[in-house]
Amino acid sequence: MSSTPTTAVRREHSTVVVGARSTVVALLLTVALLVGLVLGVSVGSTFVPPGQVWSIVAGHLLGRAPAPGTPDLIVWQLRVPRALLAAVVGAGLGLVGSAVQALVRNPLADPYLLGVSSGASLGAVAVIVLGAGTGGLLGLGLSTGAFLGALGAFALVWALARRGNGFSPLRLVLTGVGIGQFLAGLTSYLVLRTSDEQQTRGVLFWLMGSLNGAQWSVVVLPAVAVVLGFVVLQARARALNALLVGDETAAGLGVDVTRLRRELLVVTSVLTGVLVAVSGAIGFVGLMVPHVCRLVVGGDHRRLLPISALAGAVLLVVVDILARIALDQQEVPIGVVTALIGAPTLLYLLDRRLERS
Amino acid sequence: MRIAVEDLVVSFSGRAVVCGVDVVAEPGEIVGLVGPNGSGKTTVLRTIYRHLRPAAGRVLLDGRDIRKLNPSRAARHVAALPQERGTDFELSVREVVAMGRTPYKRAFSGDDTSDRDIIATALEQVGMVDHGGRPFSALSGGERQRVLLARALAQQPDVLVLDEPTNHLDMRHQIELLALLRAQRRTTVITLHDLNAAASLCDRLHVLRDGVVVASGAPRVVLTVDLLAEVFGVHAAVVEHPLTGDPLIAFDHNTPAESATIS
Repeated sequence: MSSTPTTAVRREHSTVVVGARSTVVALLLTVALLVGLVLGVSVGSTFVPPGQVWSIVAGHLLGRAPAPGTPDLIVWQLRVPRALLAAVVGAGLGLVGSAVQALVRNPLADPYLLGVSSGASLGAVAVIVLGAGTGGLLGLGLSTGAFLGALGAFALVWALARRGNGFSPLRLVLTGVGIGQFLAGLTSYLVLRTSDEQQTRGVLFWLMGSLNGAQWSVVVLPAVAVVLGFVVLQARARALNALLVGDETAAGLGVDVTRLRRELLVVTSVLTGVLVAVSGAIGFVGLMVPHVCRLVVGGDHRRLLPISALAGAVLLVVVDILARIALDQQEVPIGVVTALIGAPTLLYLLDRRLERS
Repeated sequence: MRIAVEDLVVSFSGRAVVCGVDVVAEPGEIVGLVGPNGSGKTTVLRTIYRHLRPAAGRVLLDGRDIRKLNPSRAARHVAALPQERGTDFELSVREVVAMGRTPYKRAFSGDDTSDRDIIATALEQVGMVDHGGRPFSALSGGERQRVLLARALAQQPDVLVLDEPTNHLDMRHQIELLALLRAQRRTTVITLHDLNAAASLCDRLHVLRDGVVVASGAPRVVLTVDLLAEVFGVHAAVVEHPLTGDPLIAFDHNTPAESATIS
């Protein structure tokens, strides 16, 4: 018992270190996000200096009449909504990725594991190929089709994976993967049926994920969904931790596991559906971001969820800049860039981690 | 607190695996469930910590049906140490123990000073206080088990429910863990494969076979040569432990019970 004072000191010390570290990380990410947003608005086919960006944005926010002209149009109507959409979609994917990995207790899970994105793709492709919607590419008709497809896939997974009231992680994964493959098959069939090259390109762009459709009207709904989703998930952060150890442990801690899984399934699926509806299935963000964040701040969901959301936002804002400036004449689909950057990064980090342990 | 399992029936897809079990643990009493594999011990425990819903019968906590309590409230009284280990998750030892505070916390609330003290005390009790910052995944099997026990202690429960807590522990840590449980003097329901450990730790034993309690009472009364042969299928002598005076079961590792009785 003579060692008690020292132990107490050591304990306080390391608790403070972990807490301080995640606060620092959160601050750094916030700064990076702000810088990224400004850069994202500056950079493009026409460069707008950051100073001018600030004054235009500040003008709009403060309700001062903006100086009309091309810079105002480019900044306020095109690039600000696009940069914000990148941040919103990235935050959502990071958040959903962390939650889904806890939901199915599998670190290889990502937001698209449960088939929702395949349903969205099928819905979107159906709109493009069958011409069911009159909206232009990535217009309203497309997003609606995608969201309906996502809901359809979610309903299928819900109906087929259910046993009684509950969902076992394994059944969820198997059902999700199976339905995802089935819907992807239907999508491929639709694409093959079309002979129009322009349509095929449009479909490909959609399947890869793209932020081309960004306008103010498109940003609002996903932003609200991400904020609500974050609040709902963060409120369950302790329960998510318990779920990592196992269903029995969680039950013993007073968590209603059956209900929690149902809630998580609904929240993550709806959120994924909304995100995919506005941006297509941008890959790797939802898988990679939670992993990287766990390496930095640990696996406690009370810290992991907000940090994943911030990091996802930063990542997509930066990647969107790269996707727009990488090729001279043409924009690269953002999903191509996330895969090219994401996969090696993930492999490198995991390898380093294996070596450390 | 007193915990009473009354006429418990649990069935999986129509088949009853526990049929009419009664178990009582008086305040401060350590009650052991023993029996061969598949006899229903773990199933009984799972209904006590509300992982399983009984088909019939009740679990009473000081006379109140545990199913009628709200789950968090019940978890403040009853803490469980199930056998599951989870996958490799990146939580520190301290974060795992902090889970024990879950039933006391509202959404969005962090750990306050008193939570941190409770967590540190729990770690100290299992001898892991110097390991709070280590990743749980880097621990040995025995260390993990002790951390998970600390998690249950951090729940500050009136009743501990432990499913084979000495599994994966070496001899020294087994004995330390049993001594810790004895010193706690908390109402405890425990399953143990090691009958000698059960005989030394428990105030009372319930012997289960095929989902039914076939014998109950003090270890000295219950653990007889005949019962060991009939229920466990082993040939053994029961003697007095030379150091402690507890019943000591000396197994005959050469002959199973049937051939011994035939010869």
